[in-house]
Amino acid sequence: MVVTLQHYLAVAAILFTIGVFGIFVNRKNVIIILMSIELILLSVNINFVAFSAYLNDVSGQVMAMFVLTVAAAEAAVGLAILVTFFRNRGDIAVDHASVMKG
Amino acid sequence: MPDLIQALQLSAPEATLAVGGLVLLMVGAFAGEKSARLVSTLSVLLLVAATALVVTGPLGRAFNGAYVADPLAVFGKAVIFLSSAVAIVLGDGWMKRQRIARFEYPILIVLASAGMGMMASSGDLISLYIGIELHSLALYVLAAFHRDDLRASEAGLKYFVLGALSSGLLLYGASLIYGFTGSMRFEDIAAYAAANPSTGLIFGLVFLICGLAFKVSAAPFHMWTPDVYEGAPTPVVALFATAPKVAAMVLIARTLEGAFAGSHDQWSQVLILISLISFAVGAFGGLVQKDIQRLLAYSSIANIGYALLGIAAGTTLGVQAMLLFMTLYVVDQFGFFAILLSLSRNGRPIRTIQDLAGLRKERPVTTLALTVLSLSVLGMPPLSGFWGKWAVFGAAAEAGYWMVGAAGLVASVVAGFYYLRIIKVMWFDPAPEQAPTDRAPLEAKTIAWGCAAFSFPLVIVGLTWLEPWAAAAAVGYGVG
Repeated sequence: MVVTLQHYLAVAAILFTIGVFGIFVNRKNVIIILMSIELILLSVNINFVAFSAYLNDVSGQVMAMFVLTVAAAEAAVGLAILVTFFRNRGDIAVDHASVMKG
Repeated sequence: MPDLIQALQLSAPEATLAVGGLVLLMVGAFAGEKSARLVSTLSVLLLVAATALVVTGPLGRAFNGAYVADPLAVFGKAVIFLSSAVAIVLGDGWMKRQRIARFEYPILIVLASAGMGMMASSGDLISLYIGIELHSLALYVLAAFHRDDLRASEAGLKYFVLGALSSGLLLYGASLIYGFTGSMRFEDIAAYAAANPSTGLIFGLVFLICGLAFKVSAAPFHMWTPDVYEGAPTPVVALFATAPKVAAMVLIARTLEGAFAGSHDQWSQVLILISLISFAVGAFGGLVQKDIQRLLAYSSIANIGYALLGIAAGTTLGVQAMLLFMTLYVVDQFGFFAILLSLSRNGRPIRTIQDLAGLRKERPVTTLALTVLSLSVLGMPPLSGFWGKWAVFGAAAEAGYWMVGAAGLVASVVAGFYYLRIIKVMWFDPAPEQAPTDRAPLEAKTIAWGCAAFSFPLVIVGLTWLEPWAAAAAVGYGVG
């Protein structure tokens, strides 16, 4: 079987959906949300690289590099905010992040 | 080599902010916590210098079209950088009074401003994404800046999670747009999309709009706004309500009217839907709020709906109306937040609308200023908010969307209820037994009165040069 562009796009779309559901359905732990965000960004990277190879155009791969870098920075900032939240609250359960209603 | 020098000249404002921010970080790191005041002052000077560079700098394209310096970018960046500078001035004194003054506050704002500048002059999908992330990452940290406060860290966490999700949506849209057009550059996308419209492209465009709507807190992507406005430190909220909104609105105008001018029929429907939902959520959601900052969050959702209506019109007049509306709105918002920052009892900031009762006797001038600002955001002629709404509704009606404009008018009548309630509580409610208000800090008082004076009567004079400038910015897309 030949792996075509459509296969890559399907994998990326499935991973993206899993990531989005991971953010909304998960009610237990904020760390899982961080993992879901990472999953979303990586699924987008698959898209970019697949399109880049398909189009014979390098800019998609450049974008993938930028996304990887930003994902690392984003994880660092997210974990730092999570640490301050943990210090104030004592746990990181999603349901408990509700001092303010909404 | 001459290309590189020219490119650096064009991007001098952002380069100045990025390098200056890093230098100030060194100053702060070596001089320690005492240097907060010094770093704040230098940051304000840096932002003013960047504004001067923007206004006097050359126009053109750099880095293979990734960076665009055109009149639209100049207008947007002048507003963005000056708003950031005002937010630093407001924050410096307040942070010190709350004993959370740290030198990182102005530096984070400077770095966010560099990102917002990138957003205002992005010419392809890569610089769009980098600009958005550069400003978002700094803003996540700013929201949780009061790190010993549970509500601030919760606000930071919620903002981070939803902001990261919106970046993901935006990126997925960007990847589809890239795949279906074969280019990252807005110009090439525009040329290709006009010739070969496809479902996949529209799909990507909708994802992109959803991601951007998150950033401007338009409903139904507004869930983070009330919590962040309530929980984050007040000067940080003053920044959130102004500069990032302007940057994202300029970016939306540039993307939709630049790269997708040919698909106006498709994206204008999406924007109008978002506008209508924002009107409803902003007007009705605000009715039951007691916390002033939470109320301002709903007010901002409704106002973003008006601004998006200007873009949805899809005409030059619409972009001009949006720029004018956002500028006048930014001034009003700074007035509101400066008043909130200047009012406290026994060192505790005023938070609920009921806390304003009896303010007329204690602080007559501030009461008058808050009255003027409330009436202005309500859209009472001839105050500044009226002229913004007039321009936006005029542009929408001219493009044939007069029904949507009428819905906007109804929403602003409903929203009028909560602005009038603020006025009623201040002027007519009896003062309960409570500690007198503290002496107002000079910088917050000056900014509050200045913004109120601009709302009326200075706006009449201000419009005579603001309007032609906005018109020139709206016409001069992608010059060079």
